[in-house]
Amino acid sequence: MSKSRVSGWALVLLVLAAILLTLAPVPEVLRALRPFWMALVVVYACLEWPDEFGLGTAFLLGLISDLMSGVVFGEHAFRLVVVAFIMLRFRSRIRFFPMWQQTAAVFALLLNDRIVTWMLRTFTGEFAIDWRYWLAPFVGALLWPWFFLLVSDLTQRRRSKAS
Amino acid sequence: MPVQSADQTQLFSGHGTGTLRLVVFLAIAAALMASDARFGLLGTARHYGAELTRPVYWLASAPKRLGQATVDYAEDRATLLNENRSLREQILLSEAKVARFDTLVSENESLRTLLDARQRLGLKAQLVEIIDIDLDPFRQRLVVNRGTNAGISAGQAVLDGRGLIGQIVDASEHSATVILLTDPGHAVPVRVERTGLRSIAYGTGAADRLLLSHVPFSANLQPGDRLLSSGLGGRFPAGLPVAVITDVKGDRSATFAVAEAKPVAGIEQVKQLLVLEEELSAISADSVESAPDFVGPPQGLAFPPAQSP
Repeated sequence: MSKSRVSGWALVLLVLAAILLTLAPVPEVLRALRPFWMALVVVYACLEWPDEFGLGTAFLLGLISDLMSGVVFGEHAFRLVVVAFIMLRFRSRIRFFPMWQQTAAVFALLLNDRIVTWMLRTFTGEFAIDWRYWLAPFVGALLWPWFFLLVSDLTQRRRSKAS
Repeated sequence: MPVQSADQTQLFSGHGTGTLRLVVFLAIAAALMASDARFGLLGTARHYGAELTRPVYWLASAPKRLGQATVDYAEDRATLLNENRSLREQILLSEAKVARFDTLVSENESLRTLLDARQRLGLKAQLVEIIDIDLDPFRQRLVVNRGTNAGISAGQAVLDGRGLIGQIVDASEHSATVILLTDPGHAVPVRVERTGLRSIAYGTGAADRLLLSHVPFSANLQPGDRLLSSGLGGRFPAGLPVAVITDVKGDRSATFAVAEAKPVAGIEQVKQLLVLEEELSAISADSVESAPDFVGPPQGLAFPPAQSP
């Protein structure tokens, strides 16, 4: 009970942080490098809290992201559900990967997300991409180990204090 | 095979994520996208949701505002005094110019009544400020700080001091989204100032490039030609500066020319924008029909003389 409450709060904070990081203004040069923060949150939640986190929650987070970034409803929801599904499927393996392999898996996941987005936007019919479009997965993968270590350290500390 | 793999996950992680659930969620998402993008069914949901986004936008842009405030505070007194002096000079200069414009406007009006032309309204516009958040870098959109409660609605033209920037695509109560001319989903009817040729400028997704396709070679388009909005279609008033032609090439079939143009508005530099009031668009649309040879810039708005390359 207390464990799931802690993870619930942690998820809310993570989502809030992800939204702020996604929207915060950065110089023009760095804009294309911005990683898909919400996907990192979803990956983390799938790894650490599989009992509380499912496709439904991922869908909900997607709708929130859609609202925040002002794109058509359902786009982020679609992308995050795909991410969550793949993560939950392979969770048992990825969880015991060494960090570099885990990072590679996250990279593949983010790249896949880029392809899915490309597909979706081609269907909604308004999209022009250039090579910078493919940079974000690299940044996301590079940030993953630090993100993972930081967040798990923080939540672990909370949990030990709570128990 | 799928049954077996589902069993495996069950065994290892203690719960399953069925493919069925995935399919259901993806179908819901796809249905949402279709209804939102194609039929605009979720306008109201978006409208109420926008109230939720406002505090988040404010929070997201807080660090930059804070940084800016610190920089402003730390600025040297001498710099401020200097700036003050130059600003005062500029005000004097502008006042002189405005006085001159006023006489021109009244002269213009009297000439117009003499010509029995339809009375054109002056530019009625509202100042809005850009909310400093980054939406997707591959979409050319902006968020501004006024919405329906300030009388802004979808379809209004948006400009800065130099020229047309785009139009309002979505307005909620306290904010509105602007689609820029350069968005790949946007097109603006234009008229070449020098030759009078009418065409359509499409957005490309790059912040400094518009595209005019299928222009006949005989139209004699040249780099440096200035494009004004033509007022056709009734969205944008006629005569607003839009872009300057930078390059003209033949297309693949070599039957038509394709021209590239650079928007005149400084989208990256400005903080405030003007939103034109609705009625004006309608008026200028029929004023073009009735007086096709009037395409001059509206009062007080013209190409900056030093800007053209």
